[in-house]
Amino acid sequence: MASNKRYWKSEAELNPDDSIVEALRQDEFVEEIPVDDFLGDKENLSETTTNRRDFLKYVGFSTAAASLAACQGPVNKSIPYVVQPENIVPGVANYYATSIADGFDFASILIKTREGRPIKVENNKDAVVGAAANARVQASVLSLYDSTRLQGPLANGEPVEWSAIDAAVKAKLGSLRDSGQQIALLTQTYASPSTARLIAEFKAAYGNVNHVVYDAISESSALDAFEAKYGERALADYDFGKAGLIVSFGADFLGDWQGGGYDAGYAKGRVPKNGKMSRHVQFEANMTLSGANADKRIRLTPMQQKIALAQLYAKLNNTSVGGELPNEVQAAIDAVVKQIKSNESNAVVVTGLDDVDAQTVVLAINEMLGSKAFDPASPRYVRQGKAEAVKTLIADMNAGKVGALIMDGVNPMYTLPNAAEFKAGIEKVGLSLAFSTNWNETTEVVQYTAAANHYLESWGDLQIKKGQFSLMQPTIRELFDTRQFQASLLKWLGSDKTYYEYIKDTWNTDVLNGGDWNKALHDGVFVAGSGAVAPETDADPQDASPEAGDKEGQESAGESAVGVVSIASAIKNLTNATSGGGMELTLYPKTGMGDGRQASNPWLQEFPDPITRVSWDNYVTVSKADAERIGLENYHVANGGLNGSYANITVNGVTLSNVPVIIQPGQAVGSIGLSFGYGKKVGMKPEMQTGVNAYQLYQDFKSVQAATIEKASGTHEFACLQLHKTLMGRGDIIKETTLEIFNTKDHAEWNPVPQVSLDHQEVPATSVDLWDSFDRSIGHHFNLSIDLNACTGCGACVIACHAENNVPVVGKQEVRKSRDMHWLRIDRYYSSEDTFEEDNIKKDGFEGLSGDNGSLGGFGQLEDPADNPQVAFQPVMCQHCNHAPCETVCPVAATSHSRQGQNHMAYNRCVGTRYCANNCPYKVRRFNWFLYNNNDEFDFHMNNDLGKMVLNPDVNVRSRGVIEKCSMCIQKTQKTILDAKRDGRTVKDGEFQTACSAACSTGAMVFGDVNDKESKVAELAGSDRMYHLLEHVGTQPNVFYHVKVRNTNEA
Amino acid sequence: MKKVPYRHPISKILGITVLFFLLLSTSIFAQEEASSEGGSEQTEAAAATGGDPAAGKALFNQNCAACHSLTRKMTGPALANVESRLAEDEGLDREWLYSWIKNSPGLIASGDAYANKIYNEYNQAAMTPFPTLSNEDIDNILAYTAAPPPAPAATATATDAAAGGQGSGDGSGISNELVLGALVLVFGLLVVMLLLVNRTLRRIAEANGVVLEKELSEKRKPLWKAFADNQFLVLVTVVILLLGSAYFVYGWMMQVGVDQGYQPVQPIHYSHRIHAGDNKIECKYCHSSARVSKTSGIPSLNVCMNCHKSIYQVSDETLAEGKAEYGVDYNKEIQKLYAAVGWDEENQRYTGETQPVEWVRIHNLPDFAYFNHSQHVSVAGIECQQCHGPVEEMEVMYQYAPLTMGWCVNCHRETNVKIEGNEYYEKIHAELSKKYGVEQLTAAQMGGLECGKCHY
Repeated sequence: MASNKRYWKSEAELNPDDSIVEALRQDEFVEEIPVDDFLGDKENLSETTTNRRDFLKYVGFSTAAASLAACQGPVNKSIPYVVQPENIVPGVANYYATSIADGFDFASILIKTREGRPIKVENNKDAVVGAAANARVQASVLSLYDSTRLQGPLANGEPVEWSAIDAAVKAKLGSLRDSGQQIALLTQTYASPSTARLIAEFKAAYGNVNHVVYDAISESSALDAFEAKYGERALADYDFGKAGLIVSFGADFLGDWQGGGYDAGYAKGRVPKNGKMSRHVQFEANMTLSGANADKRIRLTPMQQKIALAQLYAKLNNTSVGGELPNEVQAAIDAVVKQIKSNESNAVVVTGLDDVDAQTVVLAINEMLGSKAFDPASPRYVRQGKAEAVKTLIADMNAGKVGALIMDGVNPMYTLPNAAEFKAGIEKVGLSLAFSTNWNETTEVVQYTAAANHYLESWGDLQIKKGQFSLMQPTIRELFDTRQFQASLLKWLGSDKTYYEYIKDTWNTDVLNGGDWNKALHDGVFVAGSGAVAPETDADPQDASPEAGDKEGQESAGESAVGVVSIASAIKNLTNATSGGGMELTLYPKTGMGDGRQASNPWLQEFPDPITRVSWDNYVTVSKADAERIGLENYHVANGGLNGSYANITVNGVTLSNVPVIIQPGQAVGSIGLSFGYGKKVGMKPEMQTGVNAYQLYQDFKSVQAATIEKASGTHEFACLQLHKTLMGRGDIIKETTLEIFNTKDHAEWNPVPQVSLDHQEVPATSVDLWDSFDRSIGHHFNLSIDLNACTGCGACVIACHAENNVPVVGKQEVRKSRDMHWLRIDRYYSSEDTFEEDNIKKDGFEGLSGDNGSLGGFGQLEDPADNPQVAFQPVMCQHCNHAPCETVCPVAATSHSRQGQNHMAYNRCVGTRYCANNCPYKVRRFNWFLYNNNDEFDFHMNNDLGKMVLNPDVNVRSRGVIEKCSMCIQKTQKTILDAKRDGRTVKDGEFQTACSAACSTGAMVFGDVNDKESKVAELAGSDRMYHLLEHVGTQPNVFYHVKVRNTNEA
Repeated sequence: MKKVPYRHPISKILGITVLFFLLLSTSIFAQEEASSEGGSEQTEAAAATGGDPAAGKALFNQNCAACHSLTRKMTGPALANVESRLAEDEGLDREWLYSWIKNSPGLIASGDAYANKIYNEYNQAAMTPFPTLSNEDIDNILAYTAAPPPAPAATATATDAAAGGQGSGDGSGISNELVLGALVLVFGLLVVMLLLVNRTLRRIAEANGVVLEKELSEKRKPLWKAFADNQFLVLVTVVILLLGSAYFVYGWMMQVGVDQGYQPVQPIHYSHRIHAGDNKIECKYCHSSARVSKTSGIPSLNVCMNCHKSIYQVSDETLAEGKAEYGVDYNKEIQKLYAAVGWDEENQRYTGETQPVEWVRIHNLPDFAYFNHSQHVSVAGIECQQCHGPVEEMEVMYQYAPLTMGWCVNCHRETNVKIEGNEYYEKIHAELSKKYGVEQLTAAQMGGLECGKCHY
């Protein structure tokens, strides 16, 4: 008998009288198909002379015609210069020394230009400070070609002429001259002698000018502490290369602590030399780059860090203070104290705690130790902002005391926690004007928007550190109708000088001291002679010059707050530190995004965070224990993506909702972290509007906040590049040892060559060979050396490679599908046990499948990173194997070997089988799933004329359907060879460079010709620490690594 | 006996053809005569100023022509009748001219009024002093400048020559057609004769009682049927046909994207023949970046103006030749350059209104192939002509080489690396040549065939 079951698609079907169901049963389509629109008009149809056959004929003809027309090659035009500039030769790159000073990043750099277009940022090796271009600086050249840049000045959102703005400003400033209202300048930190002089002149001309320096991410407490102690508003400088022991309390000095740029010095001390290397102890809450590189990392919440710092100070003075800390932390502090005492002046203590007391104590400790690494005499000027002054300004604005507000390099509507208050204030200001390169939250609310220059279009100068001057020169003429702030000030002062002339005047009178201007401009840097220069900083004129009456009160208040801080009370305050209840939130700048001023830069959005390896997002980091408690989770889904929960974070009544959660190994229990720089919306392409705005929680400009976190509904899809977090005990991928073993044992013990079985004999893997070897002894043979001790994971090389090799940006959705195109990735591994060594021991101890020591459960455990893991970074690019597995499987011989050691990839030959990517043991080959250029589906920079100007003309832009990979910058090596041939000379050591090795400021990457026995890379190749990645596979790579040595010496 | 009369028509027809030919050719030569007659009368107009205008002309061209013209303002003023002009307008005599020409800066320094006026009028560019010129030399030059302005005569000859050239050109065109027509006629006649001969022979055969095989063959199977029945033959034929067509299809496919001989019309008719051929200007004078850069560089217009600031028109012969042979007025092409670069001829200054020239690119290498001129030009010392062909003979530039990969590779296989005096090659060449057992290494042996050397 047939079944009586009724199948139903919708509940409504169960009701037999439902009219909709009845109607749908009759009609196949829910909506009527508009057939009548086409065929209803019979008259029209019969009149037309085109019948079906004609139609087919037309189709056939047009198809044939189109294919015939396609046979014709396009006509290309060549348009030469009318008058060729003297120093431009088409096809030859020019380099200009300039500097970046955007208020967050300060560095002396070289700009490579081709046919007048800046296309690449390089390090300026002549510079003493700020010589290292970090990832953001490397990427800044793309921000020049941002298609969302402002193309001219605006008044209330409508385009106007500059003259209109000038007239309005001059009129307003003139009318304010003798009124009670102040003229407020709210600017970024310039650290520029000329700008300081210019603003002083501006003050003199208009009288009641209040210059407020505003750093989006404030260093106020460090500045206040330094100012109180040394009488100058600056930041103490540190040279970590001179330190034998580095103790850091929450200072991410390899990141953006106090302006960053300390990694080169740090790395110098980290490479074992004559049996010695520095030891680095880090007390911190968030897992930072510095913590990841530390020899010993102790997880402490900010509150605990304060207590620990106080105890350290007390113990160094052989006293003791109160404060509760876990026992193992006590022990760690005792050990550190012991080590500091034995190191004395070789030790240095730094802190990133946003607390004047902590900063004061650290200055006192370093002073007490006489630390060689500590340099208060010539401090850094890269942060000048004063949180109090900004607060006062907003209060003044709301009180109607501000007549005109002129802003440059700041975006307070985005970066202020109390943006609403600022907005209310700006409505009471008579004239508001913002200089900005992009349309943003602030330009939305001001009357006038002055389109500002990118730094590559500007003149400027800066003093990063006392006595270390740099010049900024334009490398391209203004792309749009823009003008820089300083030029505008000159105009409003009625001066007919250009800012260039103004800088030259300043330098000739104040800086150069008889030095040559042209040489300084050529070098980009100038070192002042021994103390001849009166340091002229932003702070000096600002603070020294008597200002409008109401500011004095605030100043003296600030001074009393700072000046009276005695060590005793500072210690007392530190020991009494409380968390304020709930979780301790630490806000931090992310390596790729900084304070967010380059948020519309696709390279930086796609840049994976060195620690979490998540791109296109910011997120709250929580510890595993806390996550379990609150019910937050991270999990992988079938398509290879990482998903995570959402959480709401509340600070003092302000709630940031739906913040994605990342469970961060090493995060201190009871603390959470959230990065600045994301969540920008205004003026951004939809694809770039990523993350949440952490500035909303940045109350009182304090980076540590008492927060509550709760789970929110929903799941966030991350674009994470590395789902597998641990090394699983595979100690041959990242080889590690301790300084003790390194010094005492033979390298065969700590850097063994892997063994393979040949004829039932264990033999070294390097002695077995399937293939006949090429003769590699003649000519150049390129090798790249990567020192895992010096690599801090900063990622500058990733962006440098991006820029040099025209690597496309693919977007969040594609990255999530593991279709990222980075030729160079930096793998980050956590240990599963407390150290990698214990992982190895655990893995070697597996016996059988199940049981306590069984591999089944054991490997599962190894997948879990420890609560406070060891971390290792490993840059991996194409290893350019001499016996490359990819070459043997290519059916069309698109990838082949060269005598110079490079593995070539002929894109035009590739048919896209991807066998090579499959057969590559290092997984470094990338497939072009789509056409990423000229494709509006990928609306980043390669689809518009402006963004395409950044492309390197010497490197192919790959098309869809081909594999691409690191070429070992063959365009650069070939160029070097050609230059030598043309000059009829041999190539000198150090001339050969890849983009990554040139960008590496720590010296971790060294590139060169190993056949040149004198070269540095040949020396490194012979080092005891040298090993190849996956040596047992027998690929004989031309990239080699150096065993990571950790200084576990506790005494 | 009957056979004899049939010979006659053949010889008769042949005779008529020859006659016809001869007639035609005389008419061709007759047309040629007229052209070479115009001109050569104007030189008689010599001057009575005491100098030798012929010697003066030589001196003028040697010393003065770089900055002066007779009829127009250049770097310096126009010099036609300069002596009389100065005498009439300024009251200056020949002595003044002597001292000016021999030492103009001295004269300016001495405070001479007119000297300073001229100096200031021409952008304070002092005239090069010519102390080596004797008074006689100067007399000769002045005699040349005082000669009646040659301009009208020159234009007359030019038009004359042009007309003549045109005529002779037309003549040759007509004669070509005539020759072709005659040939066709001859060919037709031959065919007719063949048919006639055939018919005659057939008649003879019939008359002689020879039985033709035609009737016999009718009984046989038709050839095509026999062919169709033989499967082997069909198969072989099909295979041959397929192979044959594949060969041609392959050949056709291989030329896709190969633009050998590509000769686009350029916005300015620039003649390499005149510049590189007649005037023997070194290629790299204009294409200077070929020495240092990957591109040879299309010269910027300021390079053109290095010479064309003073060369504002071509010689009459060249002009005529251009019009006749190529239908181009070279002087108008120079005017196009002036328009593009914004050169005001009247006032001898740049107006600043420029209009870059949009040349049509001839050599289009695909983007995936990297080619560097300086490697080939500076390092290897290869002549430009090796790849670009006889540029010095090209009136309009065209792509000489196929620019295919096979063409590149062939050359790399055949060409030895130029190692002389290049320290870079010393070590590697010694080692490699030892390895390969050769005296001289080719570019290929040096690694010039590796994919990544050109594709990245």
